[in-house]
Amino acid sequence: MNKIPNRQAICDVLMEQAKTDKDIVVLCSDSRGSASLTPFANEYPEQFIEVGIAEQDLVSISAGLAKCGKKPFAASPASFLSTRSYEQAKVDVAYSNTNVKLIGISGGISYGALGMSHHSAQDIAAMAAIPNMRVYLPSDRFQTEKLIRMLLKDQKPAYIRVGRNAVEDIYSEENCPFEMDRAVVICEEEMRASASAHFEDTDVAIIACGEMVKPACGAAELLKKQGIRATVLDMYCVKPLDEAAVIRAAQSAKVVLTVEEHAPFGGLGSMVSQVVGRTCPRKTVNLSLPDAPVITGTSKEVFDYYGLNTEGIAKTAAKLLEEA
Amino acid sequence: MENLKAKAYDLRKDVINMIMAGKGGHIGGDMSVMEILTTLYFKEMNISPENMDSPDRDLFVMSKGHSVEALYAVLAAKGFFPIEQVIREFSKFGSKFIGHPNNKLPGIEMNSGSLGHGLPVCVGMALAGKMDKKDYRVYTVMGDGELAEGSVWEGAMAASHYKLDNLCAVVDRNRLQISGNTEDVMHHDDLCARFSSFGWNVISADGNDIDALYEAFETARTVKGCPTVVIANTTKGCGSAVMENKAGWHHKVPTQEEYEQIMKDLDARRARLIS
Repeated sequence: MNKIPNRQAICDVLMEQAKTDKDIVVLCSDSRGSASLTPFANEYPEQFIEVGIAEQDLVSISAGLAKCGKKPFAASPASFLSTRSYEQAKVDVAYSNTNVKLIGISGGISYGALGMSHHSAQDIAAMAAIPNMRVYLPSDRFQTEKLIRMLLKDQKPAYIRVGRNAVEDIYSEENCPFEMDRAVVICEEEMRASASAHFEDTDVAIIACGEMVKPACGAAELLKKQGIRATVLDMYCVKPLDEAAVIRAAQSAKVVLTVEEHAPFGGLGSMVSQVVGRTCPRKTVNLSLPDAPVITGTSKEVFDYYGLNTEGIAKTAAKLLEEA
Repeated sequence: MENLKAKAYDLRKDVINMIMAGKGGHIGGDMSVMEILTTLYFKEMNISPENMDSPDRDLFVMSKGHSVEALYAVLAAKGFFPIEQVIREFSKFGSKFIGHPNNKLPGIEMNSGSLGHGLPVCVGMALAGKMDKKDYRVYTVMGDGELAEGSVWEGAMAASHYKLDNLCAVVDRNRLQISGNTEDVMHHDDLCARFSSFGWNVISADGNDIDALYEAFETARTVKGCPTVVIANTTKGCGSAVMENKAGWHHKVPTQEEYEQIMKDLDARRARLIS
């Protein structure tokens, strides 16, 4: 079982691409270690900018670099990047339409016991509400790598949230279906990008993003043993949401369960509910963190406590189906 | 240079007409910043409609974005768009000529409006210039009230840390902001010392005097190893006694009577300049 944090996958792609693309610039706010970007800073000092503990500066400087043709990747803890520099993301990046990729590291409750100041349980809602800002939460290292490669090719703003912890592989070198802004459908052993996927009739459609995709897959297996059919949608592209996939998944299922490492408002669950409610009403439940500072503990302890694990997701899905 | 001094007064009249037609705008700061923009666009910066897409052009960010009417007047005079169009469309429904800079318009690099963004953005632009070994220079104009924004000082810190001598910031030091005297709201009287302590070269100049401003910008070009800030000491509402040094004229729209007096005053000042 390979366990590599998604942040490291980002560094690996940027290191490889920076060899030939001198316009790639990585910026950190005293966060190179947490972002796994120390090797980049050491290897490419001319393409690395340290701004100190100044997240507003980090984002504005990135926007200025982008305006002059650079391809900045600004990496800082998601908690600070998504709130301390929110206005810079809104005005200098999204509104001014600069090619800045904002990398929110240690996202969600990665910092566990450090408390609410260090948690980013609002970043999806905040960033997705900004016009012209895309929001991505890749699920494992293989998907992260493909996403970063695609983002290097476009010229538009994006916010990418990754966790601090190592994530168990979902995909593999050989089998990582990826199309930009298309969810991945994970059904039994088959994995396909949503556009080319066949949606079998199931009992429950589980739509998850980021670190929640792996336990969602585990939950689908558990449910199968209980005779409940589940399809998992890896919605790494939270904005633009793959609406077509949401609709097809909902239409093929009796109930919909969304799972996210985020507050209950304005995140994946809210967005999916809007689409399902508008197009193919199904009972939809959002499994998320609470609207409160989360309980103290490691990520695992916190996830276990709120049912954001394999067993918890399966239990919620079964109950939801029972009540439907 | 005398022509340019007169031009600043012609452009002030464009601004007044814009504000009257659009029924809004930040008139006081437009008047104080006019010589700064005129000097930058007509004497100092290498920027025109012909080279606006060139990677070698000089870059300008209007950090005090609320003085966009003054910027529109100057950009129109440079040929980026017709002044008649601006006066006709400013602030009107569906217009591109909104009350703060928007980079969908030619000649405007970055959107602004929220204060404290211009300087750090310019740090990025200046860093890119250093990385690519370009000769272009980067300019921004901030208001003095704006300096209370903490992000200004994050940018100031980074600019000197990275020795950005291709960056020149200007402070439109008109000593008034929406609530009154800047020194009563949040004092900045040690402004030169503040920038100096952040590692900047500081030049204090008469900000409504094109000769003094030009000299300051030329000096800034020669300073190596650190960024320069020009503290441009200006008069808010400069051009007519109706508005000068009155905080209430931060964003007041003149009455018809005031409009006529202001235009008369601007003509008189202009005439005095070229006589």
